[in-house]
Amino acid sequence: MVTETKESIPEIALEGVSKRYRNAAVALEGISLTVDRGEFVTFLGPSGCGKSTLLKLVSGLSPVSEGRVRVNGMTPENARDLISFIFQDATLLPWRTVEHNVGLGMELEHAAGAARKERVARMLDLVSLSHVAKRYPRQLSGGMKMRASIARALVSRPRILLMDEPFAALDEMTRDRLNEELLRLYEEQKWTVLFVTHSVAEAVFLSTRVVILAAHPGRVAHEIKVDLPWPRTAKTRESKAYEEQVTQASRLLRGVYQP
Amino acid sequence: MKKRWLVVNSMIVFACLLAIWSRVVAFAHVPVYILPGPRAVAHALRDRYPSLLSSLWITTGEAAGGLIASILVGVAVAMIFAQWRGLRQLGFPYTILLQTVPIVAVAPLIINWVGAGILAVTIVTFIICLAPIIANTTQGLISVDENLIHLFLMHKATPAQILFKLRLPNALPNLFTGIRISAGISVIGGLTGELFAGSTRVGEGGLGYAIIYANNQMETAYLFALVFAATVLGFSFFFVVVFLEWLALHNWHESSRPQAAD
Repeated sequence: MVTETKESIPEIALEGVSKRYRNAAVALEGISLTVDRGEFVTFLGPSGCGKSTLLKLVSGLSPVSEGRVRVNGMTPENARDLISFIFQDATLLPWRTVEHNVGLGMELEHAAGAARKERVARMLDLVSLSHVAKRYPRQLSGGMKMRASIARALVSRPRILLMDEPFAALDEMTRDRLNEELLRLYEEQKWTVLFVTHSVAEAVFLSTRVVILAAHPGRVAHEIKVDLPWPRTAKTRESKAYEEQVTQASRLLRGVYQP
Repeated sequence: MKKRWLVVNSMIVFACLLAIWSRVVAFAHVPVYILPGPRAVAHALRDRYPSLLSSLWITTGEAAGGLIASILVGVAVAMIFAQWRGLRQLGFPYTILLQTVPIVAVAPLIINWVGAGILAVTIVTFIICLAPIIANTTQGLISVDENLIHLFLMHKATPAQILFKLRLPNALPNLFTGIRISAGISVIGGLTGELFAGSTRVGEGGLGYAIIYANNQMETAYLFALVFAATVLGFSFFFVVVFLEWLALHNWHESSRPQAAD
């Protein structure tokens, strides 16, 4: 997926990162991980393995207790321009219409009105929501809300997407379709993605690499390279290679769930 | 269709009540200074409406003035509480104190400071309206989804942007809950305030003052007319607030009228 000349600085680097909470609970311990530009890395693991915490550390929303996080060589706080965060719930502002939700980031950064309008319209078109631009979130289905949330994240032209179980609340068919749409955009825009999920099938379908975390304390247990051919479509799910990868990942994940 | 029937039925019930009231007064020969019939009340309303309107107008001003002042001050205080947690912890107990302080005991003090009259009554109304506004608005300002704060932080939002683009709109439903409570007590505040802090000159007081005056003069029919006016005033306040709330929230908030997705 890397199209530019290979950079010497990794897009995301975690070096011996630990995270402890004030109540002394250890969320993550000794995580070392390097993600190259354009990789799609998925994190799988039991509850309490610190998957979501990991994304918070990379975004700088939560400080590390030990170790170092670098995003394109910078501290996470300084790299916020490069990053967009997509949360589990669509987290749209209910008092704003879809288009004003999508334009929120540019508005906060004081982008010019005309440029903002044009960009928002393009993003809505990209996620097929142009027809509901003037609606309020409560009038949308779960899948549409999530699409709006993705459009909002893409408006600021991120290089890195952090996605925390974005499709967990959706039914399977909607989730599959959104997975396919996400990959279509990914192949076009070539972001680096860190994606947290509970679904092995989703992880294998989306990623170039699956990282399996173990809990108590949260640590990297396995890494699986996924080499399914691109572009991945609904057909990919019917292939033998896909099935094998899912089986392998499931087996490794099961091992992590047992004490 | 159902709604129309409700209106018709309510009107029938109201007419029946008036008829029963009128018959009871006539058959039992109740003197008009004890319990006037509806006709006597209507006559009092007709004959004295200039002075009734002027009283009504004064009380409306006192109640609305106190309410609006409490909204402005209450929202400002709530914003301070939301921005500085330490100040909130220090200051919030005093809002409860504000709610429990017996206003009847404080009123003489206020008269002592600003003199009896419209200003004193407005201040009394302001004091009793303040606590619900502060308490509800603060609650709305601080109960914001953590992820929304994160979202704003990822876009390097300033504290002012988080306050005005996130916390304030989030608190709007709570603010209206507070205003609805305060609108009800503002009219009561205006009336009771006048009972001991109203004008000392005849013709300058509001409804509360006029009620005392009518009572002393045994003008019971006019007293009923004044009570009727006060009730209408309370209703009007409530409906104005509900209408404003609907205007502000009906597009997006769950509590407002359900709106089918078309």
